[in-house]
Amino acid sequence: MISLGTSQLIDFAYIVAIALFILALKWLSSPATARRGVLSGEIGVGLAVVTTFFNPGLIQYKWIILALAIGAMVGIPLGLVHMTAVPQRTALSHSCGALSAALIGIAEYYMSLPHVSRFEMTEIALEVIIGSLTFTGSLIAAGKLQEILPQRPITYRGQNFVSLSVLGAAAVIGISLVLNPNYTHLFPAMVIVALIFGVLLVTPIGGADMPTVISLLNSYAGFSAALLGFVLNLKVLVVAGALDGSSGFILSVIMCKAMNRSFTNVLFGAFGAVQVSKTKGEEERTVRTASPEEAAAILGAANAVLIVPGYGMAVAQAQHKVRELYDALTRRGVDVKFAIHPVAGRMPGHMNVLLAEADIPYDKLLEMESANSELPQTDVALIIGANDVTNPAARDEQGSPIYGMPIIEVDKARTVMVIKRSMSPGFAGIDNNLYYLDKTFMLFGDAKSFVNDILHELSGGSPG
Amino acid sequence: MPADFITNLYVFVLAGFVGFEVIRRVSPLLHTPLMSLTNALDAIVVVAAIVIAGRHETKLATILGAVAVAASFSNVVGGFLITDRMLRMFKLSRSKKQ
Repeated sequence: MISLGTSQLIDFAYIVAIALFILALKWLSSPATARRGVLSGEIGVGLAVVTTFFNPGLIQYKWIILALAIGAMVGIPLGLVHMTAVPQRTALSHSCGALSAALIGIAEYYMSLPHVSRFEMTEIALEVIIGSLTFTGSLIAAGKLQEILPQRPITYRGQNFVSLSVLGAAAVIGISLVLNPNYTHLFPAMVIVALIFGVLLVTPIGGADMPTVISLLNSYAGFSAALLGFVLNLKVLVVAGALDGSSGFILSVIMCKAMNRSFTNVLFGAFGAVQVSKTKGEEERTVRTASPEEAAAILGAANAVLIVPGYGMAVAQAQHKVRELYDALTRRGVDVKFAIHPVAGRMPGHMNVLLAEADIPYDKLLEMESANSELPQTDVALIIGANDVTNPAARDEQGSPIYGMPIIEVDKARTVMVIKRSMSPGFAGIDNNLYYLDKTFMLFGDAKSFVNDILHELSGGSPG
Repeated sequence: MPADFITNLYVFVLAGFVGFEVIRRVSPLLHTPLMSLTNALDAIVVVAAIVIAGRHETKLATILGAVAVAASFSNVVGGFLITDRMLRMFKLSRSKKQ
C-alpha cells in the first residue's frame, strides 16, 4: 500500500491547479464560455493556496494571514476600478506581480547563503533583475497612463547609451555574483541598478506605444515568475509563468505587427523623436466642415455606418453617448457597426471593453480585416478620437514614418466624418490626408458633446 | 547542471507551447480580459510567498515573504474580480438572443 505524504498531496493539488489554468485560458477563446474560464482559474488558485497552508514547513501563520488580508484590501478596490482605468490598473498589477517574484528571489538568496552554487546564483540573478526592472518599469507605465507622469515620450541626448550602460552594469554585477555568490554586498547593488533600468526603459516611451509596452511588461512579469519556479523548483510557477509569459509575448507581437514596428524600435526607437519636418505641401489646404445638424442628416439617411473609435473617445468619456447614437440609428434601421484597430486605445482590447461596458453587443465590434472588407459598401465612416490608424499615408506614402502600418481604410467608405478637437496632427505628428478628401467632413468639437448634439438633431428630426 | 533544472526546462517548454496554442485562439475582442486573467493566474507565486513567510527562517525572509504575499494576493483578488466584471459586459445583440 502506497501512502501519500502531505507534500505529495500538495503537489497533486498543484497539478490540478495547472490543468484548471489551461482550461481557463482555453475557455477564454469565446465570450460565451469566458466566464467559465474565470471560475476555473479561481478554483485553481484557491485550491493551490488552501493546500499550501498544509505545507509541513510552515510554523507561523499570523504574518501570512495579515498579508493576505492586506492583499485582499488592496486587490478589491483594484478590481472595482472604472473601465477607463483598466490600462493603468493592469500596469499596476504587472508591477505587483513582478515585485512579489523579485522579493521571493531576494529572500531565497539570503536564506540559501552561504551555500549558493553558481548555477543557483545564475537563476536568482536573472530572476531578480527581470523582476526588479519589471516592477519599476510597470510603475512608470501606470504613472503615465494615470497621467501622473507626462504621456509624451521623455527623451534626451545619449539616452539609449545611458540606458544600455545601466543594463550593462546590472549584467556585470550579476556575473560577478555568479562567479562569487558570497559577495553579498554586490547583491543590493544589482537590485538597485535593475530598478533604475526599469525606470529608464519605460520613461522615454510615449502614450500611444503603451499597448506594446504593457504587453512586453506582461511577458516579463510572466517569465520572472517562471524563473522563480526554476529557483524554487516549483513547477506550478514554471507553468503559470510560461502561460503568462507567452500570453504577453503573443500580444506584444500582435501589437508590433499592428504598428509595423519591431520590439527594438518600440523600446529604443523613440518614435517621438522622429518629428516630421513639414517642408513640402505647406500650402493651406481646405477642409470641409459639417454642423451637428448636417452630420445627423447624413447619418440618418445612411444604410450602413461604421464607427471607428480611438483613444480620444476614451479620453472624452464618450462611449455612452456613442451607444445612444448607436441606438438612435439602429431604431431608424441604419446598420451600425464598429471597427476596432488592434492598437486603438492604451492596451490590447481596450476599445472592446469600453464599448462592451456601454452595452454595445460584441457581434457589432469588427476586427480590422472584416471592417476593411465592409468599408467599400459602407455609406458613412464616423471616426471618433482615432487618427493615425486611419491615415491613408500608411498605405500610400512610402516616405511616411507610419508607412506599412495596417490601417482601417475609411477612405473607401462613401462619406467620411471625423470628430476631432482641432486640426492638430496625431501622436506621430503626421498630417492626415484623409481630412482633405472631398468626401470627408470634419466635425470640430469635443467627442462627447458633438455626439450629443447629433443625437439632439436626430431626435428633433423624427418626433416619436 | 542539476537534474531538477532539466525537468523544469521540460515543463517550461511544454507549458510555453500549450500556452501559445491556447492563447493564439483567444479572440482579439477579449485581449484585455486575457491580460487580466493571466495576471491573476500568474499571481500563483503567492504560494511560494506563503511558504517563505511561514517558514520563519530569518526575519528578513519573513518580511520579504509577507510583502510578496500581499502584493501577489492583491493580484489574485483584483485580477479575477476585474476579469469577471469585464466579461459580464460582453453581450450579443438582443435580436440574436431572442
